[in-house]
Amino acid sequence: MQRKKECVAMLLAGGQGSRLYALTNNIAKPAVAFGGKYRIIDFPLSNCINSGIDTVGVLTQYEPLELNEYIGNGQPWDLDRSFGGVHILSPYQAKKKSSWFEGTANAIYQNMAFMKKYNPDYILILSGDHIYKMDYAAMLKAHKATGADCTIAAIEVPMKEASRFGILNTNEDGSIYQFEEKPKQPKSNLASMGIYIFTASKLFKYLTEDDENPNSSKDFGKDVLPAMLNAGEKMYSYRFQGYWKDVGTISSLWEANMDLLGENPAFDVNDPDWKIHSRNPLAPPEYIGDNAVLSNSLISLGCEVNGTVVNSVLSSNVVIEEGAEVVDSVLMAGSVVKKGARVVYSIVDENTVIEEGATVGEDKEKNAGIAVLGRNITIGAGAKVAGGQILDKDYKGE
Amino acid sequence: MANSAVGVIFSNVHDENIPELSRHRTMASIPYGGRYRLIDFSLSNMVNAGITTVGVVTKYNYQSLLDHLGSGKDWDLARKDGGIILLPPYSDETDAPYTNRLEALKGITGFLNHRNEDYVVITDCDGIARIDYSAIIAYHEEKGADITMVYHEQVGPVDSGYYMTLTPDENGRVTGLKINPKLKANSKNDVYINVMVINREFLINIIQDAVTRGLSSFGKDILSKNVDTLKIFGYPFQGYYAGIDSLQKYYEHSMELLRKDVRDELFGARDIYTKVRDSAPSKYAEDAHVKDSLISDGCMIEGTVENCILFRGVKVGKGSVIKNSIIMQDTVIGSGVQLDCVITDKNVVVRDKRHLAGCAELPYFIAKGRML
Repeated sequence: MQRKKECVAMLLAGGQGSRLYALTNNIAKPAVAFGGKYRIIDFPLSNCINSGIDTVGVLTQYEPLELNEYIGNGQPWDLDRSFGGVHILSPYQAKKKSSWFEGTANAIYQNMAFMKKYNPDYILILSGDHIYKMDYAAMLKAHKATGADCTIAAIEVPMKEASRFGILNTNEDGSIYQFEEKPKQPKSNLASMGIYIFTASKLFKYLTEDDENPNSSKDFGKDVLPAMLNAGEKMYSYRFQGYWKDVGTISSLWEANMDLLGENPAFDVNDPDWKIHSRNPLAPPEYIGDNAVLSNSLISLGCEVNGTVVNSVLSSNVVIEEGAEVVDSVLMAGSVVKKGARVVYSIVDENTVIEEGATVGEDKEKNAGIAVLGRNITIGAGAKVAGGQILDKDYKGE
Repeated sequence: MANSAVGVIFSNVHDENIPELSRHRTMASIPYGGRYRLIDFSLSNMVNAGITTVGVVTKYNYQSLLDHLGSGKDWDLARKDGGIILLPPYSDETDAPYTNRLEALKGITGFLNHRNEDYVVITDCDGIARIDYSAIIAYHEEKGADITMVYHEQVGPVDSGYYMTLTPDENGRVTGLKINPKLKANSKNDVYINVMVINREFLINIIQDAVTRGLSSFGKDILSKNVDTLKIFGYPFQGYYAGIDSLQKYYEHSMELLRKDVRDELFGARDIYTKVRDSAPSKYAEDAHVKDSLISDGCMIEGTVENCILFRGVKVGKGSVIKNSIIMQDTVIGSGVQLDCVITDKNVVVRDKRHLAGCAELPYFIAKGRML
């Protein structure tokens, strides 16, 4: 008997994430740090392994170096397998032609050989832009139960935001009769989450047809899904209830971090029944000093906190010196806030140093926006970075 | 230097020194410093010296150690050639499992024979230190030694039930070796810290020889008796060393981790490895008050924590005040609890409003899984 995998996951991780500005200067969006010790891609990868899906192709294109290194052999997610496991799939040169991935559908099409190697019955398409916990196995069960050719995970969004999403118009049994990509006047608020399960043979058929269609933009939402619907294939929605957040913008990334805080957080990463796996930092426990004041915050391994941290998320190895104050902020690994400096309503990327007495950002209430500091930069002593400002170079002040 | 030595770690030696914590586990797997086990220090020192084959000698109670080590991948020791090799007691019809170090070494001669490295680094798990073993191997080669024993100058008596003091001459050659000598208060002594480098073939030979002659003690019959004929050298380790030879010392040394100089020396280079548990970052609630404490991941703190070490997954409820205490993995402390100088082993539950106190000389110990 030929060895096979019932379901293979394909994770689209090539996005540049240009709306994250300085945070994605040198890394792909799925590699952006989140929630103290995680990166965005930890969520779909953990969802896969927790759902029993152990074969994942990760499609990379934009600045893949750090993402590739992070994924490595997949061991942190238990995805180091001799048959299956996680595989980085980058654009390649083929005998007839070589090309970059031209769209989401094209990226999957170009890796047909990878999927076929596992002789799968189903293909799960994922993206690397969202923070959520989801049991894909339950979705696959629904896909089988309805006998669908394609099942699209969907979540209800506020009606006023519906025009930002791909909207599913469905019948009572969940079957989809219309798919509208970012409609100006949405008929429903049921948004596609960009998570699809296809019956493999159908996917291969429609991807091949799509590739041969010169008028196609090679996109799932714009081309492949409408083509399947027009051809009368069985397409169903799968209702997801729970936390799901696109972290593609500075403000949504900040909000998602804040959603981890509080007694009953909107999103709980400390869930023993659904562990989020990640590559763990090699660091001792955090040390909280004599003069530290901590309130409503997440602190990670290797931090040294001697100042004040309120409503904030600190990644590993962050140093907060005495008299420094961090409020409503997200500090990524290795960043340093020196004596008397103040960081408020900001996102600070890895290994950035804020020298003594400097001020970064302005109080949230002032509505100046979130200040963003890119990685490996230094904010000079006493310098002031205004609210909403985005810096990716050293700054000494005016 | 790489692969010139193979490591051997004794996981059970000294268990009797600290019965409270070794009742259900080996000395090697005693939790330490918030997220480590004692073996992590020896094992990390070996890995950082380029040693990629480490035999771990076990005897009993080693389930927790097996669980901790797994495949060895967290130390980068899941290897095709070498890696971590567990060496449980070997006994045939005539032999009972080993009762001393010499018999234990006899039981691993198969392992030693199959390696081709020149040296064996042998350590126990009772010491916390970040030691550059490659420098000791270099010293051993330079001196042309048969055996190099690492010592640390200690003041006053040693609590351990079995220890050795060395007397090295100006060249480093050990000319005197005493077992369990009476040590005066405030006297300075060069105490062997259970780390040695020994030539592999030489080790195999002396084991064979000892077996045929019916010898039983490695320290007494081999080292002590042959100080004049064997080339035994002493290597002074001058860094931070914490010998864990009683519950009181365990407490005292654990608390030293709250000192910045100690933390910087042990962890500054970020190269002490341990098993990864994928816990979330620790959460500090709105009313949390935390001072001078080492907090591991996965904790949830709603009360006051001062001068403490919290292991992974500890919960401290509202209004509780925990001082000068070591709280091990997954301990749940309710609300309104007061603890002072308490050590809780893993998975302890302290119900609401309980008050418990020990003192620094005699910390109050709560055994694994107890519910109060």
